[in-house]
Amino acid sequence: MAIEGGFVTAPTCQPVETSHPVLAAESLRKSFGAAPVLIDVSLTLHPGEVHAFIGENGAGKSTLAKLLAGHEQPDQGRILLDGQPVRFPGPSDAERHGIVLVHQELLLAGQMTVAENLFLGREQRRGPFLERTAMRIATAERLTRLGCSVHPDMRVDRLSIADRQMVQIARALLIPHRVVIFDEPTAVLTPAETAALFRVITELKASGAGILFISHRLAEVAAIADRVTVLRDGRHVATHLAADLSQHEMARLMVGREMSALFPDKPQVPTGPVVLEIGGASVPGFVTDAGFSLCRGEMLGFAGLVGAGRTELFEGLLGLRPARIGKLLLDGHPHPLPNPRAAMEAGIGYLTEDRKGKGLLLRHNLAFNLTLAAEHRLHRLPLVDAAREQAALSRALGDFDIRVGRRDALAGQLSGGNQQKLLLAKTMLRRPRILVIDEPTRGIDIGTRAQIYRFIASLAREGVSCVIISSEMQELIGLCHRILVMRAGRVVAELQGEEMTEHNIVVHATGVAEPAA
Amino acid sequence: MSRAVVAGPAARRGWRLDLPTLAPFFALGLLILLGAAVNLRFLDPQNLTNVVTRSAFMVVIGVGATFVIAGGGLDLSVGSMSAFVGGLMILAMNAVPTQDMAAAIAVGGAVALGGGALCGLGNGVITTAGRIEPFIVTLGTMGVFRALITYLAQGGALALSSDAMQAALRPIYFGTVLGIPVPVLVFLAVAVIGWVVLNRTPFGRHCVAIGANEDVARYSGVAIGRVRCITYVIQGVCVGVATMLYVPRLSSVTPGSGLLWELQAITAVVIGGTPLRGGAGRIWGTVAGAVILEMVANIMVLSNLVSEYLIGAVQGAIIIIAMLVQRELARRG
Repeated sequence: MAIEGGFVTAPTCQPVETSHPVLAAESLRKSFGAAPVLIDVSLTLHPGEVHAFIGENGAGKSTLAKLLAGHEQPDQGRILLDGQPVRFPGPSDAERHGIVLVHQELLLAGQMTVAENLFLGREQRRGPFLERTAMRIATAERLTRLGCSVHPDMRVDRLSIADRQMVQIARALLIPHRVVIFDEPTAVLTPAETAALFRVITELKASGAGILFISHRLAEVAAIADRVTVLRDGRHVATHLAADLSQHEMARLMVGREMSALFPDKPQVPTGPVVLEIGGASVPGFVTDAGFSLCRGEMLGFAGLVGAGRTELFEGLLGLRPARIGKLLLDGHPHPLPNPRAAMEAGIGYLTEDRKGKGLLLRHNLAFNLTLAAEHRLHRLPLVDAAREQAALSRALGDFDIRVGRRDALAGQLSGGNQQKLLLAKTMLRRPRILVIDEPTRGIDIGTRAQIYRFIASLAREGVSCVIISSEMQELIGLCHRILVMRAGRVVAELQGEEMTEHNIVVHATGVAEPAA
Repeated sequence: MSRAVVAGPAARRGWRLDLPTLAPFFALGLLILLGAAVNLRFLDPQNLTNVVTRSAFMVVIGVGATFVIAGGGLDLSVGSMSAFVGGLMILAMNAVPTQDMAAAIAVGGAVALGGGALCGLGNGVITTAGRIEPFIVTLGTMGVFRALITYLAQGGALALSSDAMQAALRPIYFGTVLGIPVPVLVFLAVAVIGWVVLNRTPFGRHCVAIGANEDVARYSGVAIGRVRCITYVIQGVCVGVATMLYVPRLSSVTPGSGLLWELQAITAVVIGGTPLRGGAGRIWGTVAGAVILEMVANIMVLSNLVSEYLIGAVQGAIIIIAMLVQRELARRG
């Protein structure tokens, strides 16, 4: 794999068996309501070790991290620090003992600057006043070490998601730490940013910190971890030295069965008519003069680094942000597409990359979410038709294999994979002819990913045209007929057939002949 | 539909206590017990009827405010708006030359509803098209409406000029149908309609969705501006209905009419369990909230323990306690 060139190889393992674990857990058990999420899970973490936890969505990885960092309390079992039992009633208690958690979710104050966020709650001060200059300098220095070039005075809500993640990591590392827990830290990072993060992890390791690394990306786990623990359905399945475990074996242990091919067979390369043709599309600040065409039943991939303008291009086309579009032909006819509603009515569906912020109402139930975009199809106006709505929900739960304990659960109570399937079901309820999916499998386990891939492929076979925006190069290569690469707001390359390799994508996405280490 | 049985959520979940929704009604029950303990005259049907009747304005305005707040907005102008609309209604009715009472009342009703709707539309358009915080917009229009009624009344009072017309209007507030006061029937009708619209129509859903997360609503193709604008129009129409009940009561409007109603309306909505940040709306909770406010005042008048000059203080304390209770219930639920 081309991105492996970016990884720093883990230094030789210290003989972990002989050192005393800095952090250990014995038979942790946790239930939310009636559902057990974690059942008798034990672990040890040694100083200078990277211990990776892998598992499908809902396997209990994030819950384990939250228990260890004091965000949740175990129902049973105990946590040992240096061999002594400890209790962390809150995250600040864990932090006082040097245990910090880098969250999967982005928890930053959007209207404050990078430096203010970094030091929020632990500001440096001289007397009653803030040491603003010192904090700005420290921020810049720490971000540079992470390979992140954002200015300390930037407002956080102006940053890309990847940069925000970096700010969050920098903030966590500000605390004096002996144990650092990373929960899916690379989900929104580009290969270069991931490589920078891995350099930092290697430094942390060398300084004697214990690292708990939670990830779905098996290639990364193989590259960075010393030991790997697999969780499945809240139970401990296996712990191995990373060197003894191939990625294939990891995947098999996670799923609990032999993995069938992750990617379905590609449908025939489409020869159908062009359904959508875009030219001269500009989104101020993000996209300059982009264009592409899309055939019926085609799967078109958009690759590029985070911030290359892929999301913004499509948000602009759909009227979700201000844009100038030179040429927009739908089935060969000019179409204005002035707003999201008109785009939907023209048969274009869009699945946002930000499923919690822009996709689902987390505090409302499944039926409410499912039908929000499609009421005019579903209901006999003017009233909501509860019976049809429940029937639609039953169909969606079945068709998309959404696993949920109770049908009146809130969307926020679903796991990430099930939320994504619900979002897919919501978008498909309008029966779009063109489906734009932004990061279809971000933060989603392998089993669900395979399901989503199969679903997308079946759509294409039915003649739906799919645009897939993804930072997972494997995903684009495995699914798409054609890949467009964007860099700095422009479409810079079109790859087809044998040209679709990770190497080629990285070369065009970064604009460097050889992928930078 | 041919589908005989569809497993609805209610069928699956069985009977479950929804504390945040029921809390205002528990509070109302407690208040009735307290009232009875303080003074047995409180339980006199005449007194209770009176309390519920007097709460009619606030229930009607509160139903409108539930829409605005559920949609993530806020309307501070309702008190001034009702005084202004009341003034317009009186001027219009005075201008009807004939002795035809039915025509005058029809004109008055049309002016009240139309005027309220237009005022609400103004709030809505400025908020959505101008992209200004609703707090600021309605703070501004609150001042505008209040000044306009002061100007129309030239600082004094606007009254219905003909005694006959006053007499003809009186039944709208003081009359009863089958023993139930007309204002109570009106607020029940408004609440039922409001509940259906908020809970059983796509529009109501869109309202709640916008309040819960505007981005999600926008990405779902909800016409944010239009929906939000309509919530203010609904609020305006509710103010119009309340004004139609208010004018017959005193037959006049002064620059002091409807003072602080906006705060009472917000209090009623919040006591009723609708979060001030939006994303949910509880119409019947608002009804209970408005009745609670009126009942507290009544109990204080009937008791000799606390001076009725402190009614405002008690109502103020109630909204704070209501917030604390709601948060505690939400945390446990």
